[in-house]
Amino acid sequence: MEEMLSVKDLEVSYGAINAIRGVSFHVDQGEIVTLIGANGAGKTTTLHAISHLLNPKAGEITFCGKPIQHMEAHQIVKLGLAQVPEGRRVFASLTVQQNLELGAFTRTDGNDAIAADYEMVFARLPRLKERRRQVAGTLSGGEQQMLAIGRALMCKPKMLLLDEPSMGLSPLLVQEIFNIIRDINKSGVTVLLVEQNAKMALEVANRAYVLETGSIAMSGDAHELANDPKVRTAYLGT
Amino acid sequence: MQFISYLINGISLGSVYAIIALGYTMVYGIAKMLNFAHGDVIMVGGYMVFIFMVNLGLPAIVSIVLAMAVCTVLGIVIETVAYRPLRGAPSLAVLITAIGVSYLLQNLALLIWGSTPKSFTSVVNMEPLRLAGGQLVITGESIVTIGVCIVVMVGLSLFINRTRMGRAMLAVSEDKGAAQLMGVNVNGTIMLTFAIGSALAAVAGALLCSSYPMLLPTTGSMPGIKAFVAAVFGGIGSVPGAMLGGILLGIIETLSKAYISTQLSDAIVFSVLIIVLLVKPTGILGKKISEKV
Repeated sequence: MEEMLSVKDLEVSYGAINAIRGVSFHVDQGEIVTLIGANGAGKTTTLHAISHLLNPKAGEITFCGKPIQHMEAHQIVKLGLAQVPEGRRVFASLTVQQNLELGAFTRTDGNDAIAADYEMVFARLPRLKERRRQVAGTLSGGEQQMLAIGRALMCKPKMLLLDEPSMGLSPLLVQEIFNIIRDINKSGVTVLLVEQNAKMALEVANRAYVLETGSIAMSGDAHELANDPKVRTAYLGT
Repeated sequence: MQFISYLINGISLGSVYAIIALGYTMVYGIAKMLNFAHGDVIMVGGYMVFIFMVNLGLPAIVSIVLAMAVCTVLGIVIETVAYRPLRGAPSLAVLITAIGVSYLLQNLALLIWGSTPKSFTSVVNMEPLRLAGGQLVITGESIVTIGVCIVVMVGLSLFINRTRMGRAMLAVSEDKGAAQLMGVNVNGTIMLTFAIGSALAAVAGALLCSSYPMLLPTTGSMPGIKAFVAAVFGGIGSVPGAMLGGILLGIIETLSKAYISTQLSDAIVFSVLIIVLLVKPTGILGKKISEKV
């Protein structure tokens, strides 16, 4: 399988604090890979470095064979690498429709193609269709998460980075969100999933990496990791 | 009749404040910084119109367009050289830099054009409008200023709400990081905002100097500060707020000059600001922050 995203020896620091110390991993085309770990392990920092919302200190990041660690955030989106950020970060004062339009900001393939993708997003996330004229700030947490995912899909990504999509949602909604992620992956979008909900993440993923205080502690097949005694006690609570 | 005449003068002065306040409020909304050099861009705009129109004898409208072009470039240069390196720096550092740029522009103007006031020729060549049998006289400057203000307001609202770049501006003003994740070029958007604000400052400079025809290196500083007050008054970051704040401020200033005291008019203007902020700290149309997480 072809390698889609590769991160080599990534280092990120906040002033004197080294948040990420030499993290390496890769995601192949068509995979769902999850990055699990406790609070403060550096999961979000890793995703921010990939999307260049912050500047990595060292390391190499390539996407579809292209080095991207020196590209600006908006250029990376254009390559087809989209991120659904932690805490959804929808544009609260804009409507659902306007949020989706912003998702399609980089598109140059014409209005017809974009219109078709609205229908694709609405078909996948029917609740957004009912609410398309509603201001995003008034949506429920689950709906905002769906909007954040739909918005990211509007740029026609090859790969989606998802940061804690289950955060603050009821178990039923978490299940729904994970089903959506699985569907999106089936339609050909590669997924890198960052989660604290290790149980759900390992269920949906092909492979997994465990991040502990800024470095990779374990990696491997998601099902094998889910049965690993160390992972079970530390992250699954069983 | 006297009152209506004062009121129209107030709206006209307020229209100038409003156009300047738009520059303040847009830059604040997008870059989250107070660009105190904005008032001095007005002054540069005034001198540019003076040079093109009086020294070079170009038609008024051509002079204004050229002055807008010069100020646009100036705004972009200020943003790129002085403010961009400080993106992510503490806001106090940015604020001090802005004050520094303001003094730099004033002193450069002093070096180039000297401290002798230049008497500005009005860019408006229009007969005053006489109404009610000659009792109510509205100057051409007032009519043009108010007209320009309306055009600017409508044009800017359409730009922000109907165009791709305008939508990008809204996104950046709400969440810079999320806007970047949509593929919006944040630096480009901030630069565009400075360009628009500075072009409007040139227009404001031409209109201001047409109504108050004395041009000095410090011409822009007081109207700049008052327009900043107007932007806060209306709710900083809000485009309609800047318009409303500017016009109200102009009316308050003119009426207090007419009925209370010429000397105290500025004191009254700033007192009104203090009272408004005590009652409604976000300004008249300030955004209420209600977000569901």
